Amino acid sequence: MDNSKTFWLPEKASTFVDTVDPAFNLYLWISIFFFGLIIILITVFTVKYLRRRPDQLATAQITHNLTLELSWTIIPLIIVMGLFFLGMKGFLHMRVAPAGYMQVNVKAQKWSWGFEYPSGAINDTLVVPVNTPVKLAMTSRDVLHSFFIPAFRTKADVIPNRYHALWFQATRTGVFPVQCTQYCGTNHSYMLTAVKVMEPEAYEEWLANASDPGKGKTPAQFGEVLYQKRGCNACHSVDGSKAVGPSWKGLFGRQENTSAGSVMVDEAYIRESMLQPAAKVVTGFQPVMPTFQGVLSDREVVAIIEYIKTLK
Amino acid sequence: MIAHVHHENINYLKASKGLKNWLVTVDHKRIGMMYLASILCFFIAGGTFAGLFRFELWSPLKEFLTPDQYNQFFTLHGVIMVFLVVVPGIPAALGNFILPIQIGAKDLAFPKLNLTSLYLYWIGAAIALYSIVAGHADQGWTMYAPYSLSRNPAVLWMMIAAFILGFSSILTGLNFIVTMHNMRAPGMTWYRMPLFLWAMYATGIMQIFATPVLAITLLLLLMENFFGIGIFDPALGGDPLLMQHFFWFYSHPAVYIIVVPGFGIASEVIACFSKKDIFGYRFVAYSSVAIAIIGFVVWGHHMFVAGQSELADSIFSFLTFFTAVPSAIKVFNWTATLYKGSIELRTPMLYALQFLFNFTIGGLTGIILAILSVDIHLHDTYFVVSHFHYVAMGSTMIAFIAGIHYWWPKMTGKMYNETVGQIAAILVFIGFNVTFFVQLIMGSQGSPRRYYHYMDQFQIHHQISTIGFVILASGLFLALGNLIASFFNKSVAPANPWGAKTLEWQTDSPPPLYNFKETPVVTHGPYAFETEKA
Repeated sequence: MDNSKTFWLPEKASTFVDTVDPAFNLYLWISIFFFGLIIILITVFTVKYLRRRPDQLATAQITHNLTLELSWTIIPLIIVMGLFFLGMKGFLHMRVAPAGYMQVNVKAQKWSWGFEYPSGAINDTLVVPVNTPVKLAMTSRDVLHSFFIPAFRTKADVIPNRYHALWFQATRTGVFPVQCTQYCGTNHSYMLTAVKVMEPEAYEEWLANASDPGKGKTPAQFGEVLYQKRGCNACHSVDGSKAVGPSWKGLFGRQENTSAGSVMVDEAYIRESMLQPAAKVVTGFQPVMPTFQGVLSDREVVAIIEYIKTLK
Repeated sequence: MIAHVHHENINYLKASKGLKNWLVTVDHKRIGMMYLASILCFFIAGGTFAGLFRFELWSPLKEFLTPDQYNQFFTLHGVIMVFLVVVPGIPAALGNFILPIQIGAKDLAFPKLNLTSLYLYWIGAAIALYSIVAGHADQGWTMYAPYSLSRNPAVLWMMIAAFILGFSSILTGLNFIVTMHNMRAPGMTWYRMPLFLWAMYATGIMQIFATPVLAITLLLLLMENFFGIGIFDPALGGDPLLMQHFFWFYSHPAVYIIVVPGFGIASEVIACFSKKDIFGYRFVAYSSVAIAIIGFVVWGHHMFVAGQSELADSIFSFLTFFTAVPSAIKVFNWTATLYKGSIELRTPMLYALQFLFNFTIGGLTGIILAILSVDIHLHDTYFVVSHFHYVAMGSTMIAFIAGIHYWWPKMTGKMYNETVGQIAAILVFIGFNVTFFVQLIMGSQGSPRRYYHYMDQFQIHHQISTIGFVILASGLFLALGNLIASFFNKSVAPANPWGAKTLEWQTDSPPPLYNFKETPVVTHGPYAFETEKA
């Protein structure tokens, strides 16, 4: 099977391709037929009945033709009803996950994605085994987002205070882009991640490691991992460049002007900034950071602080 | 007394002079002209913002705008174009001017109410601009909660603006419907009305019934904002999907408020420049009304991935397909009108034919979005952006421009340069399709809309689109310059330069203050052209 992209549709990597692509292509040909018909008729009529002399009149006053008009009412009606059933059948398949699926919880926030596995593993990209139904239970920590995997032909909005589900079954291994498609502010177009589809053995190995991400690491090394996995990198650089939030480079030990006066950046201030981000916002930045209260464990908070200390 | 009679017969532009006389006028023609001038100014403003962000999208990296500026600019573009240009557009400008003359009346039923609606439009526009500029609004024209709620007070001011503009719209619709029921000239039966008026009637129904929902939404937003009652904001226990339902309950009929008047203009222009009765008058008339009615029960098709129940999704999909049928009927009827006609490719006709071309694409790309399984993939991508622009710009605005060129001699008493008009029309056709066709491909390939930064593979699509914009903008400015240049043309346009049969062409160009010197008596249909003897 050819999985590469076509003129109209992106690369193929899930079972939904079999539902969506044939419907798209069937409709494409119906459209080309009707569009071609209309354009040919307009062109032929315009050329053939173009006024050649100034006083030329229409050659016949045809006001209506009931048979013809009923036919171009009823034929389109039959076609669109067929399309409705085709679309609904595919849609119900796409909305109802089959029994025996594997679940991953998805948390979206401005402007990063977090994936939580039943084993306790947490990651910033979605890792799944190939040929296995995966159900995502998604919720947002702030505004609306939408989870879109073009190669899988599926998407669903991610809503605060509510779980919205989406399922898929990947048909081949590889890395496929994920984009946020519900407008969510400044860095909406940078709210990207990927689905990594692995062979089952490789997935199991990954999951075992990911379930204990701090194992065998110093707190600072663990913090560096969390910087990626928890999506801190969406807003904070570690090379001194300015982003949505202050860079972490050289941050520890510095004196900062904040919304609550001048503050010395120490362990207490960094912890407070993670758990109550709006309390003391560094001058020149917007108070847009979501709280990580209840998200980061105490061990993880300490690890991130240790990591920031190493960024001189 | 003699002076008084003379006053009535002088054309409306010369009847009285001075800015003050224009600002307090109750003449539907002057109100229509003031609407036209205002709407064209906003069209240029909205287009300028589109140009700015199209150039920003030349590469996936920063050209000259920050992400926040980009977000504000697409919001400015959307809000201005939707609420200040395409929704009021054709009815407020051309409908106001043409409708009373086409039924043989002296004015609309409520001339002072008509002036009130113009002032409401200006006030609403001022508040909308204030909210955007002072509030740095960046929530997009769709204003989805809860993101939009975090942009207070911009969203509140914007809703207030939409509320006031809504009343302007309701008053215009009401005025039109009452006028058409009560003020038709002797012999002007419903089925002798030009199809432009059927379109205005269908639009009026939608304006009156859909727009109040905007007012309800604002009231709920105010209650949420000032009393902390959780309605839309999840932080207060509200439901953001409820706001989408309210928004689309208004905004979906609004899409038909946008496009149905365009159908009316297309019917007038195609019949006139084919010198033939429109094919299937009643089917075309009823299909406008059918679209108006079905348009009220399809709003949920904007929410197929939003978290509605599967049952609701299926019902909305089913109902949406029915809107395809009256649209198809119209396209086939316009095409059939050309058959055995005497076709003259003047500027208005060139726009009407490109309307037909664009609307066919706009309609066909709409049907695919109603196919549930395929919409899941296409939703919120450039495919939807392109589909919407094929309807709102490619169909409505093109029909609007066709109408402006068609009625320009009547409204101003001046003829524009025909050759320049035709060149502009061709540039607009090429420019529009280069800009937007490529967006269909980009969208179905999975490029999301409202993206400042995009995948490298889409750069070529964006660059083609931006080049298309340059061609489109040059065509539009050429057309505008051509129209403005006509004011310096000394000759006066004849009463009926196109040989049309509807009533507005049976009076002077420009029309006298009370439209007709004597009340016309109608004895035939609107497109009773003579035919060649077989």
